[in-house]
Parts: sequence; C-alpha cells; structure tokens
Amino acid sequence: MKVKSMAKNTSKAQKKGALSIKNVTKIYDPTGVNVMAVDDCSMEIAGGEVCMIVGPSGCGKTTLLNGIAGFHSITEGSIHLDGELLCGPGKPKADQSAERMVVFQHGALFPWKTLQENVAYGPSVQKALSPAQALDKAGQMLAEAGLGNFLKKYPGEVSSGMARRAEIVRALINNPKVLLLDEPYRAMDALTKQIMHESLLETYDRTGVTIFFITHDLEEAIFLGDKVHIVTTRPCQLKKTVEVKIPRPRSYETQSSEKFRKLLAEVNDAVHEEAVKAFKAGERELA
Amino acid sequence: MSTSADSNKVAPEGFNLFLYRTKKKFSGPDPYLTIAGVFLWLFVYWVLCEGLQVWRFTKLPGPVAISKDWFSMTPFQGISIFTQEYYDHIYVSCQRILIAFGIATGLGVPLGLFMGWSRSIRDYIFPIIELLRPIPILAWVPLSILLLPGFEGPVIFLATLASFFVTTLNAMLGVDSIDEEYFRAAGCLGSSRWDVFKNVVVPGALPFIFTGLQISIGVAWFSLVAAEMVSGDLGLGYLIVDAYMNNVTVPMVIAMITLGFIGYFSSACVRALGDRLMAWHVKELAQQGR
Repeated sequence: MKVKSMAKNTSKAQKKGALSIKNVTKIYDPTGVNVMAVDDCSMEIAGGEVCMIVGPSGCGKTTLLNGIAGFHSITEGSIHLDGELLCGPGKPKADQSAERMVVFQHGALFPWKTLQENVAYGPSVQKALSPAQALDKAGQMLAEAGLGNFLKKYPGEVSSGMARRAEIVRALINNPKVLLLDEPYRAMDALTKQIMHESLLETYDRTGVTIFFITHDLEEAIFLGDKVHIVTTRPCQLKKTVEVKIPRPRSYETQSSEKFRKLLAEVNDAVHEEAVKAFKAGERELA
Repeated sequence: MSTSADSNKVAPEGFNLFLYRTKKKFSGPDPYLTIAGVFLWLFVYWVLCEGLQVWRFTKLPGPVAISKDWFSMTPFQGISIFTQEYYDHIYVSCQRILIAFGIATGLGVPLGLFMGWSRSIRDYIFPIIELLRPIPILAWVPLSILLLPGFEGPVIFLATLASFFVTTLNAMLGVDSIDEEYFRAAGCLGSSRWDVFKNVVVPGALPFIFTGLQISIGVAWFSLVAAEMVSGDLGLGYLIVDAYMNNVTVPMVIAMITLGFIGYFSSACVRALGDRLMAWHVKELAQQGR
C-alpha cells in the first residue's frame, strides 16, 4: 500500500507545526460597542499534537482559529508557528498560507469543481505541481481516502461524510504543518461521525500533522485528542487542560474503557460549569 | 451502486433516452393539462371575437381569421409564413437583439463581477448605475435619437441599455451571494487574487448571472419593440405599429404572437447554455429533488 511510503516521508520525528499562542486578545467592534471575544488566552501546542478545543457556543474558539489562519487580526498578544511570528505586535493579521489549512464548519469544497479538481486546486495554484500532475496526485490521494470512485463527482452529489473526507484530503495534499478544523463533524449522525473519526485518526497516524480541532462533542474530544483544552465562556480563556494518555492507535472500543469514562467525567465537569455561565450570560443579555 | 445491481436493465442512451423521456413525460397529467389549457384560452378568445362577437372584440381579429391569413399563400392582409416581408421583420429584430444582448452581456457581466469583487470599483460605479436604472427606457428615446445616427443606432442602444442594467446588477449580486468561506478556503490554499477571481468569483456568480441573462433577454425584447415602434424602419415592433396605422389588424396580432414565440425560444436558449456551463449546479438542484 502507498500508505506506508507516505508515513516515511512525513515522519513524526520532524515534529513540525508547534503552535505557541501567547496572551492573545481579540476585541471586535462591529457596532461601536466593544465585544471581547478572546481575553489573554495562552496555550502551547507541540508539533504533531492533536489539540482539542472545547467550550460553550459563541465563546470565541472560532475567533482564535481565525487568528491563527489569518482571516482576522488579533488585538493583542502573539501567535508563533515553529518559532516564527505569525501575528503579534506590529503585525496584527497573519498571512494566509497553505502551511495552516482550515477545514470549515459548513464545508467549503468549491461546489463548481469536482472532488478531484478541488483537491488538485492547492498544488496547482501554488505552482507546486503542473495542473496535470496535481490532478494525478489528487486522484491518488482521494483513492487512498476511499473516494476513488467519486473523483469526477461534484460535492453536491456526494454525502456530507464523503465531502468532509475530500476536504481533509484537499488540505493534506499541501503538506500543511497545522490542520485547523472548526467543528467539521457537527451536523453528522453518530454512525457517520464514528467513521469520520477513524478516518481522521488513520490520516493522523500516517502524516503526524499538528491538529487544532474545535468541537462541542466531549467524547469526540477525548477520543481524538492528545490534549483537551477547555476554554471559558466569552471572553475565551484557557480554563483547564486535560491530557489524554490513551495509547494510539485508538479504536472505537477505546470509548468504552474505564479510563475514557473517567476522562469524560473530568472534562464534563469543567465544561458544564462554563455552559451554565454562558447560559446565564445569555439570559442576562436577553433580559 | 444501484445501477449496476440490475445488470439486465441497460440505461437508455441517445435517441432511446429521448423516447424514454418523452414517454415518461406524457404518462403524467401535466402535458395534457397544458394542451387543454391552451385550447381553453383559444376557445375563449374565439368565443369573444368570432363566436358571440362581443362588443369591442369585433374590432379584433379572431383565431380563425388570424390562422387563415398566417398560413395562407396569398394573405389577405399582407403577412403570412409564405411572404418574404414576414421573415425580413423577424430577421431584423433578431439581429438587433443579438447585437444588443451581446454588447450588454459583454459589458455587463465583467462590470458586475468587478463591482462585486472590489469595493472601490463598486463605490465608483454603483451609485451612477442605480441613478440611471430607474429611468424608463422610453424616456431615453429622444436622447438616443439625438446621440446616434440612423435607425439602427438608437434602437440597438435602447435595447442594450435595458438589458445592460439587469445583467450588471445580477452579476454583482451573484458575487455578493458567494459564501465567505469559499474565499477563505481559496486564500488558505495559496491563491493569488487573480486565481480567486477565476476560480471563485466567476463560477460562484454564474447561477445569478444566468438568471440575470434570462431576464435581460426578455427586457431586451420589450425595449427593442418599444424602440422599433417609436423609431424604426423594419422589425416586428415596427410591423405592429405599421399594421395598426394602416388599419390591418391581422399582421399586428401575428407579429405579437411571433414575438411571444421568439422570446420564449431565446430565453430557452439562454437557459440551456446556462445548464451546460453549470453542470454542478444542475446536479446539485437535482440532488435536492428540484
């Protein structure tokens, strides 16, 4: 299988993609009334780590991701990738780059391109490969992800699970240092989700890319993550970090182990407190 | 997949597919309702004009009088499918529409796309367009006659103008309709600004553009006819006015019905072209059962 040869190319030993988020603050001012989305938030993510961000809805997790990806500026603090400054004092907005690939909440495969064209898009616009080579490689990588029969299909013609897998392939073909996922499996049923998790873990074991994953689903967070960062309700701050010391590779059976249950309870306690706070804050805003 | 499960059944192709679709179409009530509807309206028309000869309707030619003349070798009132004059009028109108629609699309689509894409281009141009757009096309007639020489110039100018506004506005709204996440994804993937324009702005705006083009070709037809009625020497609009002036009512109605058919055909062409260019969109809609 091609899978093994790929693993050699991007071995985990390189440990690329260490993200360092230091004292990041983001203040929105959409209507002249300041909204503090992220307040003095710091976290360290080692290269090749799966880092799960859990917190109540609307707490500023996505804002943090947008800062890393370079979609938004940050107000204060700094973000470094492998020691290089992405954004910080004097440079509020990071450049968008294929070293930090985003997989979006609602899916952002171009509906007017086939799955193969979508995946080939990155290398071909970066001129890393010729368009024909890019298409070849895209076809190959999609086949490895089990989508070999759907190369010529448009995203509207395949299931949401397949579209998600194709989107992750579209990100990985660029050999990113960091994969940023914003609740990618949100609207999926439990069975599809399970398959998606296994597919993502398999991809991770193969590539060792750093993963920054935002979710609401606590079981998902523990099942996938090396570390679970629980953040507070708005403004977003790091509340607690739970290390998941369950060995890889993990399978769905992991989820019924005693260790898994214990971790789940621990994370649940921390999140629940924030959820209640967020709910009360919401009631206040409406009152 | 489900198609390969039953190997005895072969999916129809080519002419067989056409036959299959036609058969399927006529197996439901829809086409019969359409046919019945057409005959019902024709019958009402006939009753009013020729059957009962209701007051005021006697001035109009009924369906029998029209079809007698329309398909006659020697038409009583001068226009039929066998007279050269009929085709001259159609040809001139179609030629004008093609030119006007071509210019309007060629200018309107790029302008609309750039207006949607760049804030500063929009700030320059959009207010002026919004100011000119509500001015009725007929209000432009004197100005266009002063501005342009001959018969052709003003007529084409008026048809172009009407369809230009529709096309531009729709192309711009088309760009506005594109989800922000596609721009972000394109940015992440390392696109230059021009890559984004080619791969996100243009294809993303296409559904709106083609909706706009279908409206715009209709608008082009009715402003063309209006223009031909005011200033023209040939064309279906001119034929209508000319027939009215000379008190021959049959060619007037023939020209109207002809306009209906050609208008229908031209928007069908635009729609077919759109479906061809946007296979992804057609399939997406089909997936949603539309």
